Amino acid sequence: MKIPISYNLRSMRARPVSTALTALGIALVVAVFIGMLALANGFASALVKTGSADNVLVLRKGADNEMSSSLDREASSILASVPQAARGDDGHALVSAESYVVIPLGRIEDTTGMANVVLRGVDAEAWKVRSNVKLTQGRLPASGQNELCLGAKLVGRFPNTAVGQSMTFAGRPWEVVCHFTAGGSAFESEMWGGSEQVMPALRRDNFQSVTLRLADPGAFEEVKRSLEADKRFTVDVHKESVFYAQQSQLLGNILRILAVLITSIMAVGAIFGAVNTMYAAVSSRMPEIAVLLTLGFKPRSVLASFLIESALIAFIGGVVGCLIALPLNGLVTSTTNWATFSEIAFAFRITPVLLLAGLVFAVVMGMLGGFFPARRASKVPVIQALR
Amino acid sequence: MALVEIRDVYKSFTRGAEKIDVFAGLTLDVEQGNFTALMGPSGSGKSTLLNLIAGLDKPTSGTVRVNGSEVSAMTPTQLAGWRSENVGFVFQSFNLLPVLTAFQNVELPLLLTRLSKKDRDERIKIALGVVGLDDRMDHYPRQLSGGQEQRVAIARAIVADPTLVLLDEPTGQLDAKSSQEVLSLLARLNDEFGKTILIVTHDPAAAKRAKRQLHLEKGTFVEQAELVP
Amino acid sequence: MKFWTLLRANLGRHKRRTFLTITSVALALFLFASLRSVITTIGAAAQFGSARRLVTTNSTGFILPLPVAYANRLEAVPGMEKVTWANWFGGQYGDGKRFFATFAVDAKSYLDIYPEMSVPADQKEAFLRDKGGALIGARLVDLFGWKVGQNVTLRGTIFPGDWIFTIRGVYTPTDPSINDDALMFHYDYLDERTGHKGNVGWYILEIDKPDNAAQIAKTIDDQFKSSPYPTKTGTEQAFNASFATMWGNIGLLMNTIGLAVVFAILLVTANAMMMSARERTRELAVLKTIGYSDRLLFGLVLAEAGLITITGAILGLGAAKLLYRATNFNAAGFLPGFDVSWATIATGGVIAMVLMLASGIVPAMQAARLPVVAALRNVE
Repeated sequence: MKIPISYNLRSMRARPVSTALTALGIALVVAVFIGMLALANGFASALVKTGSADNVLVLRKGADNEMSSSLDREASSILASVPQAARGDDGHALVSAESYVVIPLGRIEDTTGMANVVLRGVDAEAWKVRSNVKLTQGRLPASGQNELCLGAKLVGRFPNTAVGQSMTFAGRPWEVVCHFTAGGSAFESEMWGGSEQVMPALRRDNFQSVTLRLADPGAFEEVKRSLEADKRFTVDVHKESVFYAQQSQLLGNILRILAVLITSIMAVGAIFGAVNTMYAAVSSRMPEIAVLLTLGFKPRSVLASFLIESALIAFIGGVVGCLIALPLNGLVTSTTNWATFSEIAFAFRITPVLLLAGLVFAVVMGMLGGFFPARRASKVPVIQALR
Repeated sequence: MALVEIRDVYKSFTRGAEKIDVFAGLTLDVEQGNFTALMGPSGSGKSTLLNLIAGLDKPTSGTVRVNGSEVSAMTPTQLAGWRSENVGFVFQSFNLLPVLTAFQNVELPLLLTRLSKKDRDERIKIALGVVGLDDRMDHYPRQLSGGQEQRVAIARAIVADPTLVLLDEPTGQLDAKSSQEVLSLLARLNDEFGKTILIVTHDPAAAKRAKRQLHLEKGTFVEQAELVP
Repeated sequence: MKFWTLLRANLGRHKRRTFLTITSVALALFLFASLRSVITTIGAAAQFGSARRLVTTNSTGFILPLPVAYANRLEAVPGMEKVTWANWFGGQYGDGKRFFATFAVDAKSYLDIYPEMSVPADQKEAFLRDKGGALIGARLVDLFGWKVGQNVTLRGTIFPGDWIFTIRGVYTPTDPSINDDALMFHYDYLDERTGHKGNVGWYILEIDKPDNAAQIAKTIDDQFKSSPYPTKTGTEQAFNASFATMWGNIGLLMNTIGLAVVFAILLVTANAMMMSARERTRELAVLKTIGYSDRLLFGLVLAEAGLITITGAILGLGAAKLLYRATNFNAAGFLPGFDVSWATIATGGVIAMVLMLASGIVPAMQAARLPVVAALRNVE
């Protein structure tokens, strides 16, 4: 015979303040849990979305990020003629040799707050090699002009980023001629200019990377082998998607570890709160429990009933926690990805799976907290409880 | 001047929409050193009268004077201080703090004084000695019998040497033997130590031990019997 | 104080509840202290810097190089006392999972300008004499078990290939904000192996008087403004401070979580206090009959809440301060000098007070306002 849930609901309503306080405590833990993992998610997904599985990124051997790499013009032109490269509508190979540097810019709300913004020197092919890049305003930079196209996440967060305005660095003005989006990826935190303008401004003659689209994505291993064995240069060949995903590991792991640590400690507190509440609930309901037992309900049912009650309270807390965290979704924040030493802006990303995890977490907390009190309730000797 | 002077006291409660008059113009004197029993049926207002004398409640009109002070006109803060010096209260259900030992329970009123720990300890031992429980000082209430608990309560009531000892049905939860112990103790407190005692009771045995009996019925005294001139 | 017995007895009434509540407070304040210390550590690093030291970088972007030839011209600037330079090397050891800073420096002048890096005299001599030698931070000895005299191989990321160094000395920073896990080697060695390009990462300068800093900085930057490698010069402190801002909004994140933590713990404590209060109405009424004033009872209830929160605070804040010190925690090098400051502890104490008030005020007021007669009647 199972004790009906209505009994638990009535009991919860009879102690509204205690129930509410406990649920709210759990809600806060769940909210922090979801918030921090959403932060880690958003960061990781921005980077994962950056690379495509169809593209190949070539860097100098040993370089662990684009900035450390260096490929001279000769190597770059050899790489540009790789036979497995796909061809665009105009017949040109989809290969992009790029220059990469970070420029410290002052943030708009506090110009002493520096961010290392990526400046990528590209040519016309870059826009085609990266299929997720789309212009939202303006036109592509013209060749021969000091013009910039800004990723969407830079707009409004740094001074002079509107189309038509002029940003100054490397000792000269650069006119902003367009904005672009890139599917929420890291490219949206970058400034793109013509490489023939960018490289002289930086006093550089070498590119940092060559990216090419494979006509047949399955040819990756073949391309990797032949390029890495080529005696004319020493390079590492990466699948673009894998490379960028790896760049998220350092900070992504830190955020996830932090999330687990912080919410674990908070969870212990919330569980203790639940323990207190449930023990008090059991104490005050001793006579009722005795009545239930004399009526023939098994001790196991009493245990289950109290466990369900603490799970219910926790579940309500979990729902409230999800609601508290939900407004974070889509909120844009930024930090320096220490792996690449560059600024990346990304949005909190709450997924249905994450919300579900939050609810499960809540219920687990509740049941952990309610276990010993529930066991005490089920072990009550009837005579004592009736006294 | 009597120790307790109750003059023309009216007291009424409102329960819901009803107004219940407990006393209408009650007048009473209690002399120093009296041992008075207050008796009467349920609802006659015995406990209410006790509460008025202790300053736990205020009359609707009229005055209550104890030891010269107009208790009915004091503020709650003044009353608290006054009570700590002048009143010792004993309840039917003992009302000892279960988390404190007998010794610590008796100490409670003394914490309100400026006495040093040494002085406090001395008085507690004396009080527990008077009630005959100095060998159980470190026991918790749950380790004491009902009669012993009540005697600790009495020790607590007298430890600060109050002017007045008020007891509300002190033998109500005790068996015959324990009741006798407690009542003998009260008689001794009155005879040997000259304590003024006012006891509300149903128990005829308790009433017999008192030197004066007051019967309260529907808010007025019905008969007064002086057992000892 | 004389009511101590009563307070302690009340808390001992439900030992488990008291224990759980104190532990919750301790955990929450431990967490709070940890989060806050992230902010204070970053802040302390941002403030580090001698008032007489300036840093000169390429003004276009500090990852771009400056010519080593600038050194002479910098030395000639009026007010200049010392000049040294360094390059970011970016080497990896082993699987590269444990990151640590690697620099090429102009050894003699660098150690001269940074007396905060303490090296035993004989080790310093050995390092200066060996062009292929390396100076390592004390923590690297613990991390990798490296010993003086040993060879280590680093994998270059910016400068490709395997680089072998001989450890000649171990430095210990005298200021906690300086990383104790860096590896330094000779600039000449790097320059030689990379074809004598003469590229420097940044210059560190020591000037005669701090008051001259702004003027000297301007002199330098004006001098190189129109050259192919324009400079940006500022105080060392400004340089470190701008590094700190690269973390972004970490302050807001830590503070928000900290707030949530404190609020959550408030709920737990308030709940526990409320439960205790509910169970004690009769006893409070009895105390009132004895003559305990409303104000006294108010204070006693509040004091009870205070005992819980303050005990929890002492445990939690104390544990934080001791634990991080004892484990020499520095977040794998990202937060050098990580420490729970006394200011943080004081803030934690204030939070404990606020917790006491917030969790105790309602039960305390209820105790003060308790109508004695009614409470006793309900019970008799």
